[in-house]
Amino acid sequence: MTTPASLPATGQATAEPPRAPLPADLPEDGLLAVRDLTVRYGRRLGCAEVTFDLWPGEVLGIVGESGSGKTTLLNALTGRVAIDGGRRLYAVPADDGGGWVDLDTLSEPKRRLLMRRDWGIVHQHPRDGLRLAVSAGANIGEPLMALGARHYGDIRSQALGWLDKVEIAPERIDDLPRTFSGGMQQRLQIARNLVTGPRLVFMDEPTGGLDVSVQARLLDLVRGLVDEMGLAAVIVTHDLAVARLLAHRLMVMKEGRVVESGLTDQVLDDPHHPYTQLLVSSVLQV
Amino acid sequence: MSIPPNGPPTDPPTGPSLSARGLAKTFVLHTQGGVRLPVFSGLDLEVHPGSCLALNGPSGAGKSTLLRALYANYRPDAGQVLIRHDGALLDLTAAPPRRVLEVRRRTLGYVSQFLRVIPRVPALDIVAEPFARAGGTLAEGRDRAATLLRRLNVPERLWHVAPATFSGGEQQRVNIARSFIVDYPVLLLDEPTASLDAANRAVVVELIHQARARGAALVGIFHDREVRDAVADTTFELTAQRTAA
Ligand SMILES: Nc1ncnc2c1ncn2[C@@H]1O[C@H](COP(=O)(O)OP(=O)(O)O)[C@@H](O)[C@H]1O
Ligand SMILES: Nc1ncnc2c1ncn2[C@@H]1O[C@H](COP(=O)(O)OP(=O)(O)O)[C@@H](O)[C@H]1O
Ligand SMILES: [Mg+2]
Ligand SMILES: [Mg+2]
Repeated sequence: MTTPASLPATGQATAEPPRAPLPADLPEDGLLAVRDLTVRYGRRLGCAEVTFDLWPGEVLGIVGESGSGKTTLLNALTGRVAIDGGRRLYAVPADDGGGWVDLDTLSEPKRRLLMRRDWGIVHQHPRDGLRLAVSAGANIGEPLMALGARHYGDIRSQALGWLDKVEIAPERIDDLPRTFSGGMQQRLQIARNLVTGPRLVFMDEPTGGLDVSVQARLLDLVRGLVDEMGLAAVIVTHDLAVARLLAHRLMVMKEGRVVESGLTDQVLDDPHHPYTQLLVSSVLQV
Repeated sequence: MSIPPNGPPTDPPTGPSLSARGLAKTFVLHTQGGVRLPVFSGLDLEVHPGSCLALNGPSGAGKSTLLRALYANYRPDAGQVLIRHDGALLDLTAAPPRRVLEVRRRTLGYVSQFLRVIPRVPALDIVAEPFARAGGTLAEGRDRAATLLRRLNVPERLWHVAPATFSGGEQQRVNIARSFIVDYPVLLLDEPTASLDAANRAVVVELIHQARARGAALVGIFHDREVRDAVADTTFELTAQRTAA
Protein backbone atom coordinates (compact mmCIF):
# COMPACT_ATOMS: atom_id res chain seq x y z
CA MET A 1 0.00 0.00 0.00
CA THR A 2 1.41 3.39 -0.98
CA THR A 3 0.96 6.64 0.85
CA PRO A 4 -0.72 9.32 -1.27
CA ALA A 5 1.63 12.22 -1.91
CA SER A 6 -1.00 14.79 -0.87
CA LEU A 7 -1.18 13.48 2.66
CA PRO A 8 0.56 15.90 5.00
CA ALA A 9 3.00 14.68 7.56
CA THR A 10 1.20 13.83 10.76
CA GLY A 11 4.00 13.20 13.18
CA GLN A 12 5.57 9.81 13.63
CA ALA A 13 4.45 7.61 10.79
CA THR A 14 5.31 4.48 12.75
CA ALA A 15 2.68 5.30 15.38
CA GLU A 16 -0.13 5.24 12.84
CA PRO A 17 -2.31 2.50 11.45
CA PRO A 18 -1.79 1.68 7.76
CA ARG A 19 -3.43 4.08 5.36
CA ALA A 20 -5.74 3.17 2.52
CA PRO A 21 -5.47 5.42 -0.53
CA LEU A 22 -7.79 8.41 -0.41
CA PRO A 23 -11.02 8.06 -2.39
CA ALA A 24 -10.60 9.37 -5.94
CA ASP A 25 -13.73 11.56 -5.88
CA LEU A 26 -12.84 14.05 -3.13
CA PRO A 27 -13.86 17.59 -4.15
CA GLU A 28 -10.91 19.93 -4.41
CA ASP A 29 -12.61 22.77 -2.49
CA GLY A 30 -14.55 20.58 -0.04
CA LEU A 31 -14.32 20.49 3.75
CA LEU A 32 -15.70 17.14 4.88
CA ALA A 33 -16.28 13.98 2.87
CA VAL A 34 -18.11 10.94 4.15
CA ARG A 35 -18.18 7.64 2.30
CA ASP A 36 -20.46 4.67 3.08
CA LEU A 37 -20.50 5.39 6.80
CA THR A 38 -22.09 2.55 8.74
CA VAL A 39 -22.73 2.06 12.47
CA ARG A 40 -24.29 -1.03 14.04
CA TYR A 41 -25.48 -1.53 17.58
CA GLY A 42 -25.17 -5.28 17.76
CA ARG A 43 -27.64 -6.50 15.16
CA ARG A 44 -29.51 -3.25 15.07
CA LEU A 45 -28.55 -0.74 12.39
CA GLY A 46 -27.65 2.77 13.58
CA CYS A 47 -26.91 4.24 10.16
CA ALA A 48 -25.92 2.62 6.90
CA GLU A 49 -23.81 3.59 3.89
CA VAL A 50 -24.16 7.33 4.33
CA THR A 51 -22.20 9.28 1.73
CA PHE A 52 -21.96 13.05 1.29
CA ASP A 53 -19.60 15.98 0.77
CA LEU A 54 -19.74 19.25 2.66
CA TRP A 55 -18.25 22.53 1.47
CA PRO A 56 -17.07 25.53 3.51
CA GLY A 57 -19.98 27.75 4.47
CA GLU A 58 -22.55 25.08 3.71
CA VAL A 59 -25.23 24.08 6.22
CA LEU A 60 -26.42 20.52 5.86
CA GLY A 61 -29.62 19.53 7.64
CA ILE A 62 -30.30 15.92 8.60
CA VAL A 63 -34.00 15.25 9.05
CA GLY A 64 -36.10 12.20 9.78
CA GLU A 65 -38.30 10.73 12.44
CA SER A 66 -37.10 9.75 15.88
CA GLY A 67 -35.00 6.58 15.62
CA SER A 68 -34.04 7.15 11.97
CA GLY A 69 -30.34 7.35 12.81
CA LYS A 70 -29.69 11.09 12.84
CA THR A 71 -27.89 11.23 16.17
CA THR A 72 -25.96 8.08 15.36
CA LEU A 73 -24.72 9.64 12.13
CA LEU A 74 -23.73 12.86 13.89
CA ASN A 75 -21.92 10.97 16.63
CA ALA A 76 -20.14 8.85 14.06
CA LEU A 77 -18.99 12.00 12.27
CA THR A 78 -17.61 13.49 15.46
CA GLY A 79 -16.02 10.25 16.62
CA ARG A 80 -18.27 9.76 19.64
CA VAL A 81 -19.52 6.47 18.25
CA ALA A 82 -17.25 3.85 16.70
CA ILE A 83 -17.90 3.20 13.03
CA ASP A 84 -18.28 -0.26 11.56
CA GLY A 85 -17.55 0.74 8.00
CA GLY A 86 -16.95 3.64 5.68
CA ARG A 87 -14.65 6.63 5.83
CA ARG A 88 -14.53 10.15 7.23
CA LEU A 89 -12.23 12.56 5.42
CA TYR A 90 -11.42 16.11 6.37
CA ALA A 91 -9.75 18.85 4.36
CA VAL A 92 -7.04 20.39 6.56
CA PRO A 93 -6.83 24.21 6.37
CA ALA A 94 -4.29 25.58 3.90
CA ASP A 95 -2.21 27.21 6.66
CA ASP A 96 -1.82 23.77 8.20
CA GLY A 97 -0.58 22.08 5.04
CA GLY A 98 -3.91 21.65 3.29
CA GLY A 99 -5.07 18.46 1.60
CA TRP A 100 -7.41 15.68 2.68
CA VAL A 101 -6.77 13.45 5.65
CA ASP A 102 -8.54 10.28 6.67
CA LEU A 103 -9.74 10.93 10.21
CA ASP A 104 -9.65 7.26 11.08
CA THR A 105 -6.00 6.76 10.19
CA LEU A 106 -4.72 10.06 11.51
CA SER A 107 -2.65 9.91 14.66
CA GLU A 108 -4.72 10.41 17.78
CA PRO A 109 -3.01 13.66 18.91
CA LYS A 110 -3.34 15.18 15.44
CA ARG A 111 -7.01 14.23 15.22
CA ARG A 112 -7.71 15.65 18.67
CA LEU A 113 -5.99 18.88 17.78
CA LEU A 114 -7.90 19.27 14.51
CA MET A 115 -11.21 18.59 16.19
CA ARG A 116 -10.58 20.87 19.13
CA ARG A 117 -9.38 23.69 16.92
CA ASP A 118 -11.57 23.36 13.84
CA TRP A 119 -14.80 21.74 15.04
CA GLY A 120 -17.58 22.63 17.43
CA ILE A 121 -20.21 20.27 18.80
CA VAL A 122 -23.48 21.62 20.15
CA HIS A 123 -25.40 18.96 22.03
CA GLN A 124 -29.14 18.70 22.32
CA HIS A 125 -28.96 18.95 26.11
CA PRO A 126 -26.83 21.88 27.27
CA ARG A 127 -25.69 19.84 30.27
CA ASP A 128 -23.84 17.51 27.87
CA GLY A 129 -21.93 20.37 26.31
CA LEU A 130 -21.41 22.71 29.26
CA ARG A 131 -19.47 22.38 32.48
CA LEU A 132 -22.15 23.11 35.02
CA ALA A 133 -19.75 23.47 37.94
CA VAL A 134 -17.85 26.44 36.50
CA SER A 135 -19.01 29.97 35.64
CA ALA A 136 -20.46 31.09 32.34
CA GLY A 137 -17.27 33.02 31.65
CA ALA A 138 -15.11 29.96 32.30
CA ASN A 139 -17.31 27.89 30.00
CA ILE A 140 -16.47 30.28 27.18
CA GLY A 141 -12.84 30.76 28.23
CA GLU A 142 -11.91 27.08 28.57
CA PRO A 143 -11.86 26.21 24.85
CA LEU A 144 -9.60 29.23 24.26
CA MET A 145 -7.23 28.06 26.99
CA ALA A 146 -7.25 24.55 25.55
CA LEU A 147 -5.88 26.11 22.37
CA GLY A 148 -3.16 27.94 24.26
CA ALA A 149 -4.68 31.28 25.31
CA ARG A 150 -3.12 32.41 28.61
CA HIS A 151 -3.84 36.10 29.00
CA TYR A 152 -6.61 36.39 31.58
CA GLY A 153 -7.78 39.84 30.44
CA ASP A 154 -8.05 38.76 26.79
CA ILE A 155 -9.94 35.63 27.67
CA ARG A 156 -12.36 37.53 29.88
CA SER A 157 -13.01 40.20 27.26
CA GLN A 158 -13.63 37.54 24.61
CA ALA A 159 -16.03 35.83 26.99
CA LEU A 160 -17.86 39.13 27.51
CA GLY A 161 -18.00 39.68 23.77
CA TRP A 162 -19.54 36.28 23.25
CA LEU A 163 -22.05 36.67 26.06
CA ASP A 164 -23.18 39.78 24.23
CA LYS A 165 -23.41 37.95 20.91
CA VAL A 166 -25.60 35.26 22.39
CA GLU A 167 -27.69 37.84 24.24
CA ILE A 168 -26.70 37.01 27.81
CA ALA A 169 -26.28 39.99 30.14
CA PRO A 170 -22.60 40.68 30.98
CA GLU A 171 -23.29 40.69 34.73
CA ARG A 172 -24.07 36.96 34.47
CA ILE A 173 -20.43 36.18 33.55
CA ASP A 174 -19.54 34.81 36.97
CA ASP A 175 -22.79 32.89 37.49
CA LEU A 176 -23.00 29.14 37.19
CA PRO A 177 -24.90 27.85 34.15
CA ARG A 178 -27.24 25.88 36.38
CA THR A 179 -28.79 29.20 37.41
CA PHE A 180 -29.64 29.86 33.73
CA SER A 181 -32.86 29.05 31.90
CA GLY A 182 -32.77 26.30 29.27
CA GLY A 183 -32.64 28.82 26.44
CA MET A 184 -29.76 30.72 28.08
CA GLN A 185 -27.85 27.50 28.69
CA GLN A 186 -28.22 26.58 25.04
CA ARG A 187 -27.01 30.04 23.98
CA LEU A 188 -24.05 29.68 26.34
CA GLN A 189 -23.24 26.30 24.81
CA ILE A 190 -23.25 27.92 21.38
CA ALA A 191 -20.87 30.64 22.60
CA ARG A 192 -18.56 27.99 24.09
CA ASN A 193 -18.45 26.25 20.73
CA LEU A 194 -18.01 29.27 18.50
CA VAL A 195 -15.52 31.30 20.55
CA THR A 196 -12.57 29.47 18.98
CA GLY A 197 -13.74 30.31 15.46
CA PRO A 198 -14.31 26.76 14.22
CA ARG A 199 -14.70 25.88 10.54
CA LEU A 200 -17.32 23.24 11.10
CA VAL A 201 -20.04 22.90 13.70
CA PHE A 202 -22.23 19.91 14.50
CA MET A 203 -25.56 20.46 16.20
CA ASP A 204 -27.99 17.83 17.42
CA GLU A 205 -31.53 19.16 17.80
CA PRO A 206 -30.27 22.56 19.01
CA THR A 207 -33.79 23.74 19.81
CA GLY A 208 -35.08 20.33 20.87
CA GLY A 209 -35.46 20.83 24.59
CA LEU A 210 -36.69 24.40 24.42
CA ASP A 211 -40.13 25.97 24.69
CA VAL A 212 -41.48 27.11 21.36
CA SER A 213 -41.35 30.71 22.58
CA VAL A 214 -37.56 30.63 23.05
CA GLN A 215 -36.84 28.56 19.94
CA ALA A 216 -37.28 31.46 17.55
CA ARG A 217 -34.68 33.53 19.39
CA LEU A 218 -32.14 30.73 19.33
CA LEU A 219 -32.79 29.96 15.67
CA ASP A 220 -32.41 33.57 14.70
CA LEU A 221 -29.15 33.70 16.64
CA VAL A 222 -27.74 30.53 15.08
CA ARG A 223 -28.80 31.64 11.63
CA GLY A 224 -27.08 35.01 12.08
CA LEU A 225 -23.85 33.57 13.48
CA VAL A 226 -23.54 30.85 10.84
CA ASP A 227 -24.05 33.46 8.15
CA GLU A 228 -21.71 36.01 9.68
CA MET A 229 -18.89 33.53 10.40
CA GLY A 230 -19.35 31.64 7.13
CA LEU A 231 -19.50 28.42 9.14
CA ALA A 232 -20.12 25.02 7.70
CA ALA A 233 -22.55 23.05 9.81
CA VAL A 234 -24.28 19.72 10.09
CA ILE A 235 -27.55 20.19 11.92
CA VAL A 236 -29.72 17.32 13.04
CA THR A 237 -33.38 18.10 13.56
CA HIS A 238 -36.72 16.35 13.38
CA ASP A 239 -38.35 19.78 12.97
CA LEU A 240 -38.78 20.65 9.29
CA ALA A 241 -39.35 24.32 10.08
CA VAL A 242 -35.94 24.46 11.77
CA ALA A 243 -34.43 22.72 8.75
CA ARG A 244 -36.11 25.21 6.40
CA LEU A 245 -34.72 28.14 8.32
CA LEU A 246 -31.15 26.96 8.86
CA ALA A 247 -30.12 24.43 6.24
CA HIS A 248 -29.00 24.99 2.67
CA ARG A 249 -29.27 21.34 1.88
CA LEU A 250 -31.09 18.37 3.41
CA MET A 251 -30.61 14.65 3.77
CA VAL A 252 -33.71 12.72 4.76
CA MET A 253 -33.04 9.59 6.84
CA LYS A 254 -35.24 6.57 7.33
CA GLU A 255 -34.21 3.43 9.18
CA GLY A 256 -30.57 4.49 9.15
CA ARG A 257 -30.37 5.24 5.44
CA VAL A 258 -30.50 8.46 3.43
CA VAL A 259 -33.61 8.16 1.26
CA GLU A 260 -33.58 11.61 -0.34
CA SER A 261 -31.33 14.64 -0.49
CA GLY A 262 -31.19 17.99 -2.23
CA LEU A 263 -31.58 21.71 -1.76
CA THR A 264 -33.72 22.36 1.31
CA ASP A 265 -36.54 24.02 -0.59
CA GLN A 266 -36.53 21.27 -3.23
CA VAL A 267 -36.85 18.51 -0.68
CA LEU A 268 -39.56 20.29 1.31
CA ASP A 269 -41.58 21.75 -1.58
CA ASP A 270 -41.22 18.93 -4.09
CA PRO A 271 -40.46 15.78 -2.10
CA HIS A 272 -40.05 12.68 -4.27
CA HIS A 273 -39.57 9.81 -1.86
CA PRO A 274 -42.78 8.41 -0.31
CA TYR A 275 -41.28 8.78 3.17
CA THR A 276 -40.36 12.45 2.59
CA GLN A 277 -43.83 13.13 1.21
CA LEU A 278 -45.29 11.59 4.35
CA LEU A 279 -43.00 13.67 6.60
CA VAL A 280 -43.83 16.90 4.79
CA SER A 281 -47.57 16.22 4.63
CA SER A 282 -47.65 15.38 8.34
CA VAL A 283 -46.85 18.90 9.45
CA LEU A 284 -49.11 21.90 9.13
CA GLN A 285 -46.90 24.21 7.12
CA VAL A 286 -43.19 24.52 6.62
CA MET B 1 -40.12 57.11 -17.10
CA SER B 2 -42.08 56.07 -20.16
CA ILE B 3 -41.55 52.74 -21.77
CA PRO B 4 -43.93 51.55 -24.48
CA PRO B 5 -46.03 48.51 -23.52
CA ASN B 6 -44.31 46.33 -26.08
CA GLY B 7 -41.00 46.86 -24.39
CA PRO B 8 -37.92 49.00 -24.50
CA PRO B 9 -35.52 48.83 -27.42
CA THR B 10 -32.87 46.28 -26.57
CA ASP B 11 -29.32 45.70 -27.68
CA PRO B 12 -28.79 43.23 -30.47
CA PRO B 13 -29.69 39.78 -29.14
CA THR B 14 -26.93 38.02 -27.24
CA GLY B 15 -28.88 34.80 -26.75
CA PRO B 16 -31.47 34.09 -24.09
CA SER B 17 -30.77 34.79 -20.42
CA LEU B 18 -32.90 31.83 -19.45
CA SER B 19 -34.31 28.95 -21.44
CA ALA B 20 -36.09 25.67 -20.84
CA ARG B 21 -35.52 22.70 -23.15
CA GLY B 22 -37.77 19.67 -23.18
CA LEU B 23 -38.93 20.34 -19.64
CA ALA B 24 -41.31 17.78 -18.12
CA LYS B 25 -42.96 17.60 -14.73
CA THR B 26 -45.32 15.02 -13.28
CA PHE B 27 -46.15 14.92 -9.58
CA VAL B 28 -46.47 11.47 -8.06
CA LEU B 29 -48.48 11.57 -4.86
CA HIS B 30 -47.30 8.56 -2.90
CA THR B 31 -49.41 9.40 0.14
CA GLN B 32 -52.49 9.30 -2.06
CA GLY B 33 -52.15 5.91 -3.65
CA GLY B 34 -49.46 6.95 -6.11
CA VAL B 35 -51.71 9.25 -8.15
CA ARG B 36 -49.80 10.81 -11.05
CA LEU B 37 -50.41 14.44 -11.97
CA PRO B 38 -48.77 15.27 -15.28
CA VAL B 39 -48.34 19.03 -15.47
CA PHE B 40 -46.28 19.58 -18.64
CA SER B 41 -43.85 17.79 -20.89
CA GLY B 42 -41.57 18.66 -23.79
CA LEU B 43 -41.80 22.29 -22.81
CA ASP B 44 -39.47 24.80 -24.52
CA LEU B 45 -39.26 28.49 -23.82
CA GLU B 46 -36.71 31.27 -23.73
CA VAL B 47 -36.48 34.79 -22.48
CA HIS B 48 -33.98 37.39 -23.63
CA PRO B 49 -32.37 40.34 -21.86
CA GLY B 50 -34.80 43.26 -21.59
CA SER B 51 -37.80 41.08 -22.26
CA CYS B 52 -40.71 39.97 -20.09
CA LEU B 53 -42.50 36.71 -20.80
CA ALA B 54 -45.99 36.23 -19.33
CA LEU B 55 -47.17 32.71 -18.54
CA ASN B 56 -50.86 32.37 -19.41
CA GLY B 57 -53.36 29.65 -18.72
CA PRO B 58 -56.26 28.69 -16.51
CA SER B 59 -55.85 28.03 -12.84
CA GLY B 60 -54.15 24.67 -12.31
CA ALA B 61 -52.52 24.73 -15.76
CA GLY B 62 -49.07 24.62 -14.17
CA LYS B 63 -47.90 28.22 -14.34
CA SER B 64 -46.54 28.27 -10.80
CA THR B 65 -45.07 24.81 -11.25
CA LEU B 66 -43.19 25.98 -14.33
CA LEU B 67 -41.93 29.10 -12.58
CA ARG B 68 -40.71 27.02 -9.64
CA ALA B 69 -39.01 24.60 -12.02
CA LEU B 70 -37.21 27.56 -13.61
CA TYR B 71 -36.06 28.56 -10.12
CA ALA B 72 -34.85 24.98 -9.47
CA ASN B 73 -37.31 24.78 -6.59
CA TYR B 74 -39.32 21.99 -8.22
CA ARG B 75 -37.22 19.25 -9.80
CA PRO B 76 -38.33 18.45 -13.35
CA ASP B 77 -38.38 14.83 -14.54
CA ALA B 78 -36.71 15.66 -17.83
CA GLY B 79 -35.22 18.57 -19.70
CA GLN B 80 -32.88 21.42 -18.93
CA VAL B 81 -33.12 24.91 -17.47
CA LEU B 82 -30.26 26.90 -18.92
CA ILE B 83 -29.31 30.18 -17.31
CA ARG B 84 -26.62 32.67 -18.22
CA HIS B 85 -24.59 33.04 -15.03
CA ASP B 86 -21.31 35.00 -14.98
CA GLY B 87 -21.31 34.91 -18.77
CA ALA B 88 -21.58 31.14 -19.13
CA LEU B 89 -24.59 28.87 -19.57
CA LEU B 90 -25.42 26.62 -16.64
CA ASP B 91 -28.05 23.86 -16.48
CA LEU B 92 -29.85 24.37 -13.18
CA THR B 93 -31.39 20.90 -13.26
CA ALA B 94 -27.93 19.33 -13.14
CA ALA B 95 -26.04 21.86 -10.99
CA PRO B 96 -25.03 20.89 -7.45
CA PRO B 97 -26.96 22.63 -4.63
CA ARG B 98 -24.30 25.17 -3.80
CA ARG B 99 -24.09 26.27 -7.45
CA VAL B 100 -27.86 26.71 -7.56
CA LEU B 101 -27.68 28.83 -4.40
CA GLU B 102 -24.90 30.91 -5.91
CA VAL B 103 -27.01 31.49 -9.03
CA ARG B 104 -29.94 32.48 -6.84
CA ARG B 105 -27.78 34.87 -4.84
CA ARG B 106 -26.55 36.88 -7.78
CA THR B 107 -28.34 36.00 -11.01
CA LEU B 108 -31.81 34.59 -10.45
CA GLY B 109 -34.49 36.24 -8.34
CA TYR B 110 -37.97 34.96 -7.54
CA VAL B 111 -40.98 36.80 -6.17
CA SER B 112 -43.05 34.08 -4.52
CA GLN B 113 -46.79 34.41 -4.13
CA PHE B 114 -46.47 34.72 -0.38
CA LEU B 115 -43.78 36.06 1.93
CA ARG B 116 -42.10 33.48 4.12
CA VAL B 117 -41.84 35.25 7.45
CA ILE B 118 -38.71 34.73 9.51
CA PRO B 119 -39.31 35.04 13.26
CA ARG B 120 -37.81 38.14 14.87
CA VAL B 121 -36.30 39.57 11.69
CA PRO B 122 -37.68 43.08 10.98
CA ALA B 123 -39.06 43.99 7.55
CA LEU B 124 -36.12 46.27 6.72
CA ASP B 125 -33.62 43.45 7.25
CA ILE B 126 -35.73 40.89 5.42
CA VAL B 127 -35.58 43.21 2.42
CA ALA B 128 -31.88 44.08 2.87
CA GLU B 129 -30.71 40.50 3.35
CA PRO B 130 -30.59 39.40 -0.33
CA PHE B 131 -28.52 42.48 -1.12
CA ALA B 132 -25.95 41.53 1.52
CA ARG B 133 -26.00 37.90 0.35
CA ALA B 134 -25.31 39.05 -3.20
CA GLY B 135 -22.11 40.67 -1.95
CA GLY B 136 -23.27 44.14 -0.89
CA THR B 137 -22.93 45.67 2.55
CA LEU B 138 -25.79 45.45 5.03
CA ALA B 139 -25.67 49.24 5.45
CA GLU B 140 -26.20 49.88 1.75
CA GLY B 141 -28.77 47.10 1.72
CA ARG B 142 -30.76 48.89 4.43
CA ASP B 143 -30.57 52.16 2.49
CA ARG B 144 -31.87 50.50 -0.62
CA ALA B 145 -34.48 48.62 1.41
CA ALA B 146 -35.77 51.90 2.84
CA THR B 147 -36.02 53.42 -0.63
CA LEU B 148 -37.96 50.44 -1.96
CA LEU B 149 -40.27 50.16 1.04
CA ARG B 150 -41.02 53.86 0.81
CA ARG B 151 -41.74 53.53 -2.89
CA LEU B 152 -44.07 50.64 -2.22
CA ASN B 153 -45.87 52.68 0.44
CA VAL B 154 -44.99 50.43 3.37
CA PRO B 155 -45.43 52.77 6.36
CA GLU B 156 -42.16 53.57 8.07
CA ARG B 157 -43.49 52.50 11.48
CA LEU B 158 -43.56 48.91 10.15
CA TRP B 159 -39.96 48.76 8.95
CA HIS B 160 -38.58 47.67 12.29
CA VAL B 161 -41.28 45.12 12.97
CA ALA B 162 -41.18 41.45 11.90
CA PRO B 163 -43.81 41.10 9.16
CA ALA B 164 -45.66 38.18 10.82
CA THR B 165 -48.49 40.52 11.81
CA PHE B 166 -48.63 42.47 8.52
CA SER B 167 -51.64 42.38 6.21
CA GLY B 168 -51.42 40.23 3.07
CA GLY B 169 -50.80 43.29 0.91
CA GLU B 170 -48.09 44.62 3.21
CA GLN B 171 -46.34 41.24 3.30
CA GLN B 172 -46.48 41.04 -0.48
CA ARG B 173 -44.91 44.48 -0.83
CA VAL B 174 -42.10 43.43 1.52
CA ASN B 175 -41.68 40.36 -0.66
CA ILE B 176 -41.50 42.45 -3.82
CA ALA B 177 -39.00 44.87 -2.29
CA ARG B 178 -36.86 41.89 -1.23
CA SER B 179 -36.65 40.65 -4.80
CA PHE B 180 -36.07 44.00 -6.48
CA ILE B 181 -33.27 45.03 -4.10
CA VAL B 182 -30.74 43.05 -6.15
CA ASP B 183 -30.46 43.87 -9.84
CA TYR B 184 -30.88 40.24 -10.85
CA PRO B 185 -30.24 39.53 -14.54
CA VAL B 186 -33.21 37.13 -14.43
CA LEU B 187 -36.32 37.61 -12.33
CA LEU B 188 -39.33 35.33 -11.89
CA LEU B 189 -42.61 36.73 -10.57
CA ASP B 190 -45.62 34.73 -9.37
CA GLU B 191 -48.67 37.01 -9.30
CA PRO B 192 -46.76 39.90 -7.75
CA THR B 193 -49.73 42.26 -7.82
CA ALA B 194 -52.44 39.85 -6.65
CA SER B 195 -53.17 41.51 -3.32
CA LEU B 196 -52.21 45.09 -4.16
CA ASP B 197 -54.31 48.20 -4.70
CA ALA B 198 -54.12 50.22 -7.92
CA ALA B 199 -51.45 52.61 -6.65
CA ASN B 200 -49.11 49.83 -5.59
CA ARG B 201 -49.82 47.84 -8.76
CA ALA B 202 -48.59 50.87 -10.67
CA VAL B 203 -45.38 50.89 -8.60
CA VAL B 204 -44.75 47.24 -9.42
CA VAL B 205 -45.37 47.90 -13.13
CA GLU B 206 -42.82 50.69 -12.93
CA LEU B 207 -40.28 48.43 -11.14
CA ILE B 208 -40.70 45.83 -13.87
CA HIS B 209 -40.21 48.46 -16.59
CA GLN B 210 -37.03 49.62 -14.91
CA ALA B 211 -35.76 46.07 -14.62
CA ARG B 212 -36.36 45.52 -18.34
CA ALA B 213 -34.70 48.81 -19.16
CA ARG B 214 -31.50 47.74 -17.38
CA GLY B 215 -31.57 44.51 -19.40
CA ALA B 216 -33.14 42.02 -17.01
CA ALA B 217 -35.05 39.06 -18.43
CA LEU B 218 -38.35 38.42 -16.64
CA VAL B 219 -40.86 35.60 -16.53
CA GLY B 220 -44.10 36.29 -14.73
CA ILE B 221 -47.60 35.17 -13.94
CA PHE B 222 -49.91 38.17 -13.99
CA HIS B 223 -53.45 37.57 -12.86
CA ASP B 224 -54.40 41.10 -13.85
CA ARG B 225 -54.75 41.56 -17.62
CA GLU B 226 -54.00 45.26 -17.46
CA VAL B 227 -50.74 44.64 -15.60
CA ARG B 228 -49.80 41.86 -18.00
CA ASP B 229 -50.35 44.06 -21.05
CA ALA B 230 -48.35 46.83 -19.43
CA VAL B 231 -45.27 44.75 -18.54
CA ALA B 232 -44.98 41.74 -20.87
CA ASP B 233 -43.79 41.73 -24.47
CA THR B 234 -44.32 38.00 -25.09
CA THR B 235 -46.63 35.34 -23.74
CA PHE B 236 -46.46 31.61 -23.24
CA GLU B 237 -49.65 29.54 -23.10
CA LEU B 238 -50.04 26.58 -20.77
CA THR B 239 -53.01 24.26 -21.08
CA ALA B 240 -54.16 21.97 -18.30
CA GLN B 241 -53.17 18.34 -18.87
CA ARG B 242 -55.47 15.48 -17.96
CA THR B 243 -54.45 13.12 -15.22
CA ALA B 244 -53.18 9.94 -16.83
CA ALA B 245 -55.92 7.31 -16.73
N1 LIG C 1 -26.43 3.29 22.22
C1 LIG C 1 -27.31 2.57 21.50
N2 LIG C 1 -27.41 1.24 21.66
C2 LIG C 1 -28.27 0.51 20.93
N3 LIG C 1 -29.08 1.03 19.99
C3 LIG C 1 -29.03 2.35 19.77
C4 LIG C 1 -28.14 3.20 20.52
N4 LIG C 1 -28.31 4.47 20.10
C5 LIG C 1 -29.26 4.43 19.13
N5 LIG C 1 -29.68 3.16 18.94
C6 LIG C 1 -30.66 2.73 17.93
O1 LIG C 1 -30.21 3.14 16.65
C7 LIG C 1 -31.28 3.66 15.87
C8 LIG C 1 -31.03 5.12 15.50
O2 LIG C 1 -31.09 5.90 16.69
P1 LIG C 1 -30.69 7.45 16.73
O3 LIG C 1 -29.45 7.63 15.97
O4 LIG C 1 -30.70 7.88 18.14
O5 LIG C 1 -31.91 8.10 15.94
P2 LIG C 1 -32.47 9.59 15.91
O6 LIG C 1 -31.40 10.51 16.41
O7 LIG C 1 -32.83 9.81 14.48
O8 LIG C 1 -33.68 9.61 16.78
C9 LIG C 1 -32.53 3.44 16.70
O9 LIG C 1 -33.09 2.22 16.33
C10 LIG C 1 -32.01 3.38 18.12
O10 LIG C 1 -32.85 2.62 18.93
N1 LIG D 1 -45.77 20.56 -4.71
C1 LIG D 1 -46.78 20.00 -5.38
N2 LIG D 1 -47.07 18.71 -5.15
C2 LIG D 1 -48.07 18.11 -5.81
N3 LIG D 1 -48.83 18.71 -6.75
C3 LIG D 1 -48.57 19.98 -7.03
C4 LIG D 1 -47.55 20.70 -6.36
N4 LIG D 1 -47.52 21.96 -6.85
C5 LIG D 1 -48.49 22.02 -7.79
N5 LIG D 1 -49.12 20.85 -7.90
C6 LIG D 1 -50.21 20.51 -8.85
O1 LIG D 1 -49.80 20.88 -10.15
C7 LIG D 1 -50.89 21.39 -10.89
C8 LIG D 1 -50.56 22.77 -11.42
O2 LIG D 1 -50.57 23.67 -10.34
P1 LIG D 1 -49.97 25.14 -10.41
O3 LIG D 1 -48.66 25.08 -11.06
O4 LIG D 1 -50.07 25.74 -9.08
O5 LIG D 1 -51.00 25.83 -11.42
P2 LIG D 1 -51.29 27.36 -11.72
O6 LIG D 1 -50.20 28.18 -11.11
O7 LIG D 1 -51.32 27.44 -13.20
O8 LIG D 1 -52.62 27.66 -11.11
C9 LIG D 1 -52.09 21.37 -9.98
O9 LIG D 1 -52.81 20.20 -10.22
C10 LIG D 1 -51.46 21.34 -8.60
O10 LIG D 1 -52.29 20.71 -7.67
MG1 LIG E 1 -31.53 11.96 17.99
MG1 LIG F 1 -50.22 29.64 -9.54
